[in-house]
Amino acid sequence: MSNKSDQPSVERRQFIGGTLAAAGALTLAPGVILHAASDGDEATSGASGKHRWGMLIDANKCADGCSACVDACNSEHGLTDLGRPHTDAVWIRPIKLKDKQTGHVNRLVMMCQHCEHPPCVDVCPTNASFKRVDGVVLVDRHRCIGCRYCMMACPYKARSFVHEALTDQSVAAPRGKGCVESCTLCVHRIDAGEMQTACQEACAKDGHNAIVFGDLKDPNSEISRTLKSHNSVQIRADLELNTGVRYLNL
Amino acid sequence: MRSSLISNRLLIILLAALLLPVMQAYAESRYVTKNSKAASMESCVAPTDLIRRNHMDLLQHGRDDTVRDGVRGLEYSLSECIDCHASRDARGEAVSVTAEGEFCQACHGYIAVSPACFQCHRTTPEENGSGNSLGYRLDEHSRHLDMQQPAGRETDHEQ
Repeated sequence: MSNKSDQPSVERRQFIGGTLAAAGALTLAPGVILHAASDGDEATSGASGKHRWGMLIDANKCADGCSACVDACNSEHGLTDLGRPHTDAVWIRPIKLKDKQTGHVNRLVMMCQHCEHPPCVDVCPTNASFKRVDGVVLVDRHRCIGCRYCMMACPYKARSFVHEALTDQSVAAPRGKGCVESCTLCVHRIDAGEMQTACQEACAKDGHNAIVFGDLKDPNSEISRTLKSHNSVQIRADLELNTGVRYLNL
Repeated sequence: MRSSLISNRLLIILLAALLLPVMQAYAESRYVTKNSKAASMESCVAPTDLIRRNHMDLLQHGRDDTVRDGVRGLEYSLSECIDCHASRDARGEAVSVTAEGEFCQACHGYIAVSPACFQCHRTTPEENGSGNSLGYRLDEHSRHLDMQQPAGRETDHEQ
C-alpha cells in the first residue's frame, strides 16, 4: 500500500505497540483497544461504455430573458459570481444568434459539447483533460497545470479558468485556482443514478422544457427517440467532432 | 542489597507498564479535535496507525478511480474525513480543518508539509449543498423520470 519503503512497516509498529499495550492492559483493567469500524457504503462500479450521455437543446423553447439553467448550474457547482464578468467561471451561457439578412434571432445555451473527438483532450500536455468511457469530457484537476491550451483548442469557448483562490466549494464539484473547468454534464448526478442535470431540472421547473438529457446509446431513451424523429444539428458539424450536445430548431 | 536492586528494576518496569496506556491515550487525543464527530467515535475507518501513516496514499488511490472512472462511494473519501474531523465552534458552526490548530493543519504545520487538497476541496462539512446526498440520489422523484440505468448499475427497482 505505502510507497514509503524507507520507513519501518506499520505491522512491526503495531506488533510492538500491541504487545506493550496488551501488557499494560493486563496490568490494569482491560484498556481501550482500537478496532476498525466497517463502513456500510458500497462503491459503485463506475462509468460504463454502454452509455453515452448527451443533451438536446430546443432553441425554440429557450426563453428570452430566462436564466434558470445558468443559476441552477451555478448553485449546483458552487460557481460564485465575483462581479468580474471577464474572469468569472461560466459553465453554461445563453447566446443569441442573429440572421443579419432576415433579422431572425435564435436563442440557445452553449456549454461543453462533450465531443466524441474532443480537441481539448488532444492538446492537453498532462492528460488532465480527458473523456470518460461514457462520453463525458472532464478536467482532472489533480493533473491540470493551468496552461489553458484546451481553452484555445475548444471551438465552443466552453471552458473557464479559475483565477482566484476559492473557499466553500461544493462537495459535488471541487474546484480551485489555477485549473481549467467546464460543464461536467452533472457527472456526480450521473454516478449517483439521477438521470437529470441541474440545468434540465431548472428548465423543466420553469415550464420551458428546452433541455433533454439522456443516453444516446439507448434507442428507447427520450433523447434518442427525439433525435430520430426530428432534424437536429451539431454546432460546427464541419469539424467532425461528433458532439454529445445537439440542437433542435436552429 | 541484591534483592532490593531487583525490586527497583521490577518497580520501574511496573511503572512503565502502568504509564503506557495513559501515554497512549494522551497521544491519541492529540490528533482528534474536540467537538468533532470523530471525538465521539471509537476509531477511524481503518486502524489509526495505518490512517496516520498512509492516509495520503489511501486518498490518492481513490481519487483517480472517482474522477476518471466515476467510481463513487469508495471506502476512503476526503469528504468523509472532513465530515468527521471538522470541529464545531461555540455557535455550532463548522471550523475549517486547515485553520490554526485544527485537524489537518495541526500535524501538517508541525511537519511543514502543506497539503494541496484544499486548493480545490472544501474544508468544512457541506450542510445542505448539492453534494450532500452524493451517491444517494435515487429518490422517488428521479425514479419517475425517463430513467436509464446509471453507469454500470443494474436494475433493482423497476421490476
